[in-house]
Amino acid sequence: MADVNRGNRPLSPHLSIYRPQLTSVTSILTRITGNALLLSALLIVWWFLAASSSAEYFGVVDAIITSFVGDLVMFLSLWALWYHALAGVRHLIWDNAIGLELETAEKLGWAVIGGSVVLTILTTIIIM
Amino acid sequence: MRFLTDRKRAVGLGSAKTGTAHFWAMKVSSVALLLLVPLFVFTFGPMLGEPHEEVVAYFARPFPAIVAALTLVVGFMHFKDGVQVLIEDYVHGTMQKVLIILMICLCYAAAATGLFALARIAL
Repeated sequence: MADVNRGNRPLSPHLSIYRPQLTSVTSILTRITGNALLLSALLIVWWFLAASSSAEYFGVVDAIITSFVGDLVMFLSLWALWYHALAGVRHLIWDNAIGLELETAEKLGWAVIGGSVVLTILTTIIIM
Repeated sequence: MRFLTDRKRAVGLGSAKTGTAHFWAMKVSSVALLLLVPLFVFTFGPMLGEPHEEVVAYFARPFPAIVAALTLVVGFMHFKDGVQVLIEDYVHGTMQKVLIILMICLCYAAAATGLFALARIAL
């Protein structure tokens, strides 16, 4: 039915009014991690390009990516990658209208946070 | 009191276009990446910081090369779709279109560069 009261309704409160909740924080983190991964993705492409060019150029780029700052970026990106992957699984589950109850959604949220930390530490130990 | 039908209000507002295709593309690429990402992490990861000859010899092998190529291509196509939603949510008007085009072109360029590098290493 047509909304006869359009333009004359109370406005929803702005986002900043709400107390941060597990569901909202894990949601925005999915977006932040996904988009922040652009940095390490471009670094990896640069690393491959350098490897295909020459040993000298590879030495320069590899040194940058494995420097202290480079290591920090790659470590945080590894966490972002696992977080985004697990949060993505959560979305694939939600797509079937399963697990949307608040209690289940919050459990899944903690699973994403805990799982991403565990996977990051495990991966770092295995790779190093 | 206004007398507008729901259809009249919706027409021309830009929805009901390719949203379903966009959603489905992201779903397909996300499932693909669920398999590719662990494979890439455990093939690329140990090579980071290794000597040049070793890296080149490793990525000349079919499995690591194909995993890396697929991860970069599917990854950047997934990013292209994701970053478009990000821009659409926060930027509007002409700047929105400019940013979306720039980011999509960056994704194409990065995927092509990665493929070129891998091809040169592998061949």
